[in-house]
Amino acid sequence: MSNAPAGDIATQPAAATHSHRFVVMLRRLPWGRIGMPLVLIAMAVFFGTINPNFWSVTNLTNVSRQISVLALISIGQTFAILSAGIDLSVGSLLALVSVACAQGMLEFGLVGGIVVGVLAGCLAGLVNGILIAKARIPAFIATLGMLVAARGLALTLSGGLPIAGLPHEFLFIGAGYLGPFPVPSVIAAVAFVVAYVLLSRTRFGRYVYAMGSNEEAAVLSGINVVKYKIMVYVVSGLFAGIAGVVLTSRVISGQPTLGEVQELYSIAAVVIGGGKITGGVGGIGRTLMGVLVLGMLSNGLNLIQVSSYVQNIVVGAIIIIAVYIDLARERRR
Amino acid sequence: MTATQLQPFLEMRGIVKRFPGVLALNGVDLTVYAGEVHVLLGENGAGKSTLIKILSGVFPPDSGTILFQGRPVTIRNPHDAQLLGVSTIYQELNLVPDMTVAENIFLGREPMLLRRFGLVDHKLLVRQARELLASLNLQIDPQAVVKRLGIAQQQMVEIAKALSLNSRLIVMDEPTAVLTAHEIDQLFSAIAELKQRGVAIVYISHRLDEVKTLGDRATVLRDGTWVDTVRVADTSIDQLIRMMVGRDLMEKFPKIQVALGDEVLRVEQLSRKGVLHDISFHLRRGEILGIAGLVGAGRTEMARAIFGADPFDAGQVLMHGQPVDIKSPAHAIHKGIALVPEDRKRHGILAHLSIKHNITLSALGAFSRGGFINRQQEHTHAQDYAASMRIAAPDIERWVHYLSGGNQQKVVIAKWLSSQADIFLFDEPTRGIDVAAKVEVYQLMNELLKRGSAIIMISSELPEILGMSDRILVMRGGRICGEFLRAEATEENILDRALRGAPDNQSAMETNVTNGDMT
Ligand SMILES: Nc1ncnc2c1ncn2[C@@H]1O[C@H](COP(=O)(O)OP(=O)(O)OP(=O)(O)O)[C@@H](O)[C@H]1O
Ligand SMILES: [Mg+2]
Repeated sequence: MSNAPAGDIATQPAAATHSHRFVVMLRRLPWGRIGMPLVLIAMAVFFGTINPNFWSVTNLTNVSRQISVLALISIGQTFAILSAGIDLSVGSLLALVSVACAQGMLEFGLVGGIVVGVLAGCLAGLVNGILIAKARIPAFIATLGMLVAARGLALTLSGGLPIAGLPHEFLFIGAGYLGPFPVPSVIAAVAFVVAYVLLSRTRFGRYVYAMGSNEEAAVLSGINVVKYKIMVYVVSGLFAGIAGVVLTSRVISGQPTLGEVQELYSIAAVVIGGGKITGGVGGIGRTLMGVLVLGMLSNGLNLIQVSSYVQNIVVGAIIIIAVYIDLARERRR
Repeated sequence: MTATQLQPFLEMRGIVKRFPGVLALNGVDLTVYAGEVHVLLGENGAGKSTLIKILSGVFPPDSGTILFQGRPVTIRNPHDAQLLGVSTIYQELNLVPDMTVAENIFLGREPMLLRRFGLVDHKLLVRQARELLASLNLQIDPQAVVKRLGIAQQQMVEIAKALSLNSRLIVMDEPTAVLTAHEIDQLFSAIAELKQRGVAIVYISHRLDEVKTLGDRATVLRDGTWVDTVRVADTSIDQLIRMMVGRDLMEKFPKIQVALGDEVLRVEQLSRKGVLHDISFHLRRGEILGIAGLVGAGRTEMARAIFGADPFDAGQVLMHGQPVDIKSPAHAIHKGIALVPEDRKRHGILAHLSIKHNITLSALGAFSRGGFINRQQEHTHAQDYAASMRIAAPDIERWVHYLSGGNQQKVVIAKWLSSQADIFLFDEPTRGIDVAAKVEVYQLMNELLKRGSAIIMISSELPEILGMSDRILVMRGGRICGEFLRAEATEENILDRALRGAPDNQSAMETNVTNGDMT
């Protein structure tokens, strides 16, 4: 996006044979920008040809709803990875948020529950941020600890049991529609726009890239790295909070077992889109591509009746191939 | 030498290399004989590093041929180059920061205790490294962790490593950019020794005086094209400059004298245990205070302490007569201080940010409202500074990573010029910058002085210190051991202080430095 490698632009024509010229032209195409959309189109055509249902409005609507939770936590993950960190806790936070949201709702009503849920996510993010930025615990370790602890807290608070009895109106968030669009999809779409603006138009966003590219230089450039790192994890927690509320509404109960391994899928979405795992490179648009690839893949494979066991193999392979292609592109320069 | 003249050791012919949007090399030739020092000259971005990266297998040429002793070869990767006897000291250092000096020197070639079990003979490793360092007269502990060394010492480790490979062609890309006179002498005697053994040297430098002392022949590049190959002895420095730049340079040090204003900065008895001792000086508006000294004299540490990047134990800093307690670089910038750091790769550039975003990073506050960046203003601002620094790039959206070393340095300077500061700490500001661009940097300093700023310039290049400073401090062992006005400073008296310390209490100083305690 704003940080897509510039300079992929084709310039001089090559003086050579036709086929050589064609190869050169191919090489000069801005693959960084059009590669992923092309992969998406190819996948859609492939699945659509085998099973025309893929293209039906019902199915596409479904896909958009199914991916909304992954989309939300991947947005938070994008901030963490861009800043040269990582947030392993987002999966567990879904469970913690769900339990907090449900208990809050039974206590304070509909709105109160939603607020409690989102706040729980932010608070956990704040703890992550302080551990990482102030106590200087590596992000991997700090959020790994949070991954285990948040799950434990969710189980403790709920006694390990689902929390039922939530108000019926709450279903609207997970299952309702705004016009033709499912509410979760609308929430995810808005979140993407907000995150895009944050990353590409604000100082905070610029500093996220700067910290990820070279933290020492960022400090010497006058960036308050402690403050902005904490913000990164609060943002990640915030999006996990929103995702947790959406998920709670979809299952219309507080569930301490939600979200297992979702953190890994969110990391996968970021790197499939072309974000660099070591930070500084990537963007919200790229993450969106990654989320769409993962979502379309699981939906398409379901439609053409590939077993979920085999699906895992495919997804794993895709993650590795995507990163490999990215590395190969970089090496060729 | 005449026998080897007949057949060149290395011939590169018609080398072409294109990067997206840039024709970096356009049919360049380079011929190198055994036992000669062949200098590569050219402005920033002329293609020097690209040419030697092709030679050392970092990337392939788009077209052109490479011959070794008359035999055409394909160099696919750095390993191929090593097999051909080529070793390279790159412009950006390539040591493993968390390993020791000895481990770095013998990386991948460690002496083994039990080869089958992959056990490294650590004692032998250290001993071999110690012998090698001693043969180069280097006082570097082979067991020191590399990241704890200063950049100059790291550079010498790189050189030791290249020498230990028994190479027949050694490429050095700006090896002296980070070294001071003393270490440069060591390097030059090492090079003379290599020449004796018939090793060929390809040498890149922007310091033209050393080109004269060291070089046998020189090849000049301009904008990726070959200009000429000449015998250094028959060519004057001015002629070389004209070939590089395409015009004459009027004045190498365009010093202006500005009426000195109030005192803007005063440092009193600044101390940090084992690093800085009783540093006191003052700085006035319109003044360039040059700081000379050997590497390790504590100059960088002093600048970092003032800038809030490192803490200090005692002493105080006053700005405009008021004591200030600067806790962080952010705070220093807020107070109007800027620091152009010495280590470009580690502290200066943000490689995967665009030129534009690098330039504006410290000044974002000036064109944002409520956290939102005014991108129009930002663009214009960055464009202006990129243009005034003459940064050679197709556009300012390009990653700094893809710029030549000198152009990266210009980006770092542009960042700080644009930060609204009025006290500038320049730590080796013209490192790696070509002759013409140096003059531009000096002119920018002049502009800063005219608008009422004050400048501290740390530099290991004495001509630059002498040419641009109003006043000169000499540092040694973390202390200030000399102060000269512009009129009374000479290379000799500065070097003398830098090497031997202040005249009155020299012996006292010696003991203090060795004990590492403070008075
Ligand atoms: N990996 C790369 N991708 C894109 N462009 C590059 C890359 N490496 C170098 N360039 C461009 O090629 C040109 C030549 O660069 P090179 O590094 O060879 O210059 P140089 O002569 O070594 O300059 P300096 O004296 O500043 O080190 C520059 O315009 C640079 O921006
Ligand atoms: Mg170079």
